[in-house]
Order: sequence, then C-alpha cells, then structure tokens
Amino acid sequence: MNRMKLNNTITNIIFIIVSYAAVSLIVTSGILSRQMTSLIIPIGVNIILAVSLNLLTGFLGELTLGHAGFMSLGAYTGALITVNTELPEMIGLPLALIAGGVVAAIFGLVIGVPVLRLKGDYLAIVTLGFGEIIKSVLTAMEFTGGAQGLSGIPKYTTYKNFTIVFIFVVITILLIKNLVYSRHGRAICSIRDNYIASEAVGIKISKYKIMAFVISAFFAGIAGVFNAHNIGILKPDNFDYNKSIEILVIVVLGGMGNIKGSVIAAVVLTLLPELLRDADNFRMLFYAIVLIAMMLFNNSGLRERMTSWIKSKKQVKTATGGE
Amino acid sequence: MALLEVKNLGISFGGLRAVDDFNISVEQGQLYGLIGPNGAGKTTVFNLLTGVYRPSDGIIKLAGRSIIGKTPDEICQIGIARTFQNIRLFKKMSVLDNVKAALHHQIKYSLVGSLLHLPPYSQKETEMNEKALEILQVFDLDSEAGTLASNLPYGKQRKLEIARALATNPKLLLLDEPAAGMNPNETGELMETIRLVRNKFEVTILLIEHDMKLVAGICEYLTVLNFGTELLTGEPEAVLNDAKVITAYLGE
Repeated sequence: MNRMKLNNTITNIIFIIVSYAAVSLIVTSGILSRQMTSLIIPIGVNIILAVSLNLLTGFLGELTLGHAGFMSLGAYTGALITVNTELPEMIGLPLALIAGGVVAAIFGLVIGVPVLRLKGDYLAIVTLGFGEIIKSVLTAMEFTGGAQGLSGIPKYTTYKNFTIVFIFVVITILLIKNLVYSRHGRAICSIRDNYIASEAVGIKISKYKIMAFVISAFFAGIAGVFNAHNIGILKPDNFDYNKSIEILVIVVLGGMGNIKGSVIAAVVLTLLPELLRDADNFRMLFYAIVLIAMMLFNNSGLRERMTSWIKSKKQVKTATGGE
Repeated sequence: MALLEVKNLGISFGGLRAVDDFNISVEQGQLYGLIGPNGAGKTTVFNLLTGVYRPSDGIIKLAGRSIIGKTPDEICQIGIARTFQNIRLFKKMSVLDNVKAALHHQIKYSLVGSLLHLPPYSQKETEMNEKALEILQVFDLDSEAGTLASNLPYGKQRKLEIARALATNPKLLLLDEPAAGMNPNETGELMETIRLVRNKFEVTILLIEHDMKLVAGICEYLTVLNFGTELLTGEPEAVLNDAKVITAYLGE
C-alpha cells in the first residue's frame, strides 16, 4: 500500500518535471508560432478554472454558472493592487495573487450561504445572475475603469514568465486532488451522491457546501489575477456568462469529477480556436462541431467500444502468436 | 431509564395529522419492532426521531436528553443512526468509502491536513481503513471494499447501508424495512445479521418491518401503529394475535 503510494508520488513528480521541461522548451525554442506560444498562460488559467469548477460541479454535484464572476473579482482585485501601488514585482504579484484569491473566496462565502437551500437548475440560475451582477457592478464603478476597462496592468505573467503560473497550476491540481481524497472530500462527494443519507451519517451539509464554494472561488480568483497580468487590460465584458459556460464546457468534456480530464480538456479547448484559425469565418462553427463530436465520443460508449475493439484485436494477435 | 423515550409525539402536515399522541419507550439493548399497515406513519416516526421533520408537539429523549429541534447531522452525532426504506447509498463511491464517510466524526483530522496530506492524514486514513474493513467484515462485505456501491447486488446494498449506519457508532439504530424485497432465505440471513449486530456492537435496535416472520422471530417488544396513533404495545406473540391488530391489517 505504502509502496504503491510512493511509486505514485514519484510518477507524479516525474510527470511534473517532464511537462515543465516541455513547456519551457516550447517557450524558449520558439518552435511554435508566437500566437500558439502565448496560449501557454490562457491554458494554465483555464486549467485552474476548470479544476476548481470541477470541485463544485463534479464533486459537490452543484451546477454553477458564475465561475467567471469569481474570476473577475480576482482579476480586478489583483490588477487594482499592482496598478495603484508602486510595489516591485517580487512583492506586488504575490500580494495581488493572495488578495485576488481571498476577495473571490469571500464572495464565494457570500454567495454560498444564500444558495445553500437551492439545488440544480435554481442554483444555476442564481449563480448566473451573480456573475452578471458582478459584471454590471464592475461596469458601473469608476475605480474599475467602467466599460472602458482597466488598462496599464503590468504584464507580470506573460508566457515569458510562465514558471509562476505553472507552479500555481500544479498547486491547484494537487490541493484539490488531495482534498477530494480526504475525509472532507468524502463528505463533499457524499452530498453529491445522496444528501439525505449524508446528513443521516452526521455530515453537516451546509458547512461542506460552503467549504467547496470558498475553495473553488479562491482558485478562480487566482486564475483571474494571472489572466489580468497576462493580457494587461481588463474589460467587464470578458467575464460574462460566455466565459462561465466555456469553463463549464471544459469540465463537462473532461468528465464530471475527473481532474485529469479537466486538465486535458482545458489544454485541448484552449488550443482549438487557434488551431482552427485557418478556417477563418467558419472557426466557431468548426469549434462547435468538434465539441459535439468529442462529447459524443466521450459519452455514447463509443470510446468503450473502441478500446474493447482494440483489446480484442490484441488478444487475437497474442492468441495466434503474433506475426 | 429507557434509552429512547417518546411521549405524546405528533405532527401535522397541513390538515393531515400523520402522527398523533405516539408513545414509545425503548430500553437499552432491546430489539424493538414498529409495525402497522401501509400509511400508518411508521416512517414518519423515524423521520421525527432523526430530525428530518420537526414534531408539532411531544417529547423525544435519548438517554434523558431532549433531541427536539436538532438537525439530522446533530442527532446522528448524539447517537441515532438509520437506514432507509428505499436504499440511499453513496452510489458513485466505493463500498469502503461509503463506510469511511460515516466515520467522519469518529476519526478526524483538519482541513489543512486534508489539503496538504500532512502526516496525520496517512495515519488517520489507515486507522479509518482498518475500522471500516472491520465493520464490513461483519457483513461479509470486506472482499468487495473496492466495488462501486451501485454495482452491489440488492441484498448487499441493504447490508452496506446497515454497515454504514453502524460506522457512526450509534446508541440506537433505526432500520426502516430491512427485509423489503428479500426472499425468505435472505430474510433468514438478515435476521441472523441483526441479532449479531445487536450483540457485537451493543446497540439498541428499533425496526420497521412488514415481514411478520422476521418481526416475530427477532423482536422482543412491539408497538403497532395505525392511522398515526399507537394501537397496541406488548410482547410479539400477544400483539400479533390480538384481534384489533388483525383487524387493522386485514379489515373487519
């Protein structure tokens, strides 16, 4: 048991090192076009967003459509700190990250408490509304730059400084994975599976729902800070419900409650629009078609049939003694 | 003093009086049966005892402490665990995790320990695994610890639900129709298991059941519920042969 765990840890560490090496190779060597290379940060941001949203939809089992709202809170908080203070990057960025995460988490708590009594589609609508309210407030306020947006944000986390984003992606994945495989995670999953039984075995549902909301919002806020310091300009419109749905699509495509799936889906779906750039006007059409095809492949049992078909082919080969 | 003391318990849903003036007194270590025709209010009584519903009037005391107004999770921690008439397992979790989820308050570590998998995490998780497997062993489920709960056959799902309830270390265990949907063989086996559970875990059991063979076979005391009120209380033999009870079940 312990040995297996150790082996797992080693495999994970090797995987992290290899992927870090791969990313730095891509960035430094310039084998990919600049557009593709600059997608490294959006990929990282989307991974953090998808993995944190998966905690809510996949593990807690609650459909929420306001993740972009949490993200925007983090983005604006972080950006306002780095824009309005003269702190050096070494202090400014960590401060922005912490503040962005904490502010988003506080709003996670604020939204978490009233929606405790809501389930399913009702919760989805309320969180959708929450996201839109945040967007409207950001548009109406003066210190956020209103509809014009907030510009002049120092570009601390562009693809050239991908290391810090990479580190936070790893931290997010590890922490959420650790959480899921713990007594707290079990409590969260049990609420998803049967909240009545969950209460009956002594689990305080409200506490764990709020916990999941706060943790999820915290990471969404951090993703927002990275996003802000990558693009350099923030507009409320970038955080409308389309963004929330984009994240949800990643989670659904990767599989509810599947962290690895979320990571892969985040990479694929962030690259896809760029890969389809040649298709020009039909880009979004192709994007949608690919999305539908992938969903069908994932959910209709096609994948199972294909893997079993490959397996049976292999078995025939070994049975006949190979070629 | 009785372990569970219920006096004048009643609840109304709008104009419907589902349970009215219900009294029961279950002694420590007893195997008590609650029977009655369909719609008599048996499950409603369970829901009142576990805090799912709040009674309109009456007293519920566990070991001398009132539990009225407490939430289901608090009542579970005080010492009442239950199973459900229609099985409610954590379907997408493994058999082992179902029991471990119920050990939530028995073996603890902090949220930080969870997030970072600090040393207490592995230590307590090992402890949890051992404890959960020990409970599963009683029900012959330890070999299926890794199976998804939804993939278990029906009879085993019922057993797992009892195992999960016991993991919360209850003083009083409420079983809601444990033999529902079982064939005579399985029911016989279940009777043995229930006896074993009572002796091994030193738990008091209150059960709802329609299978009269099971009721007569293992219950030491019975209360019959009809139209939300107590019809008769006594030893199984006397109760099951009583004219009023037979009328309640079969009509005039």
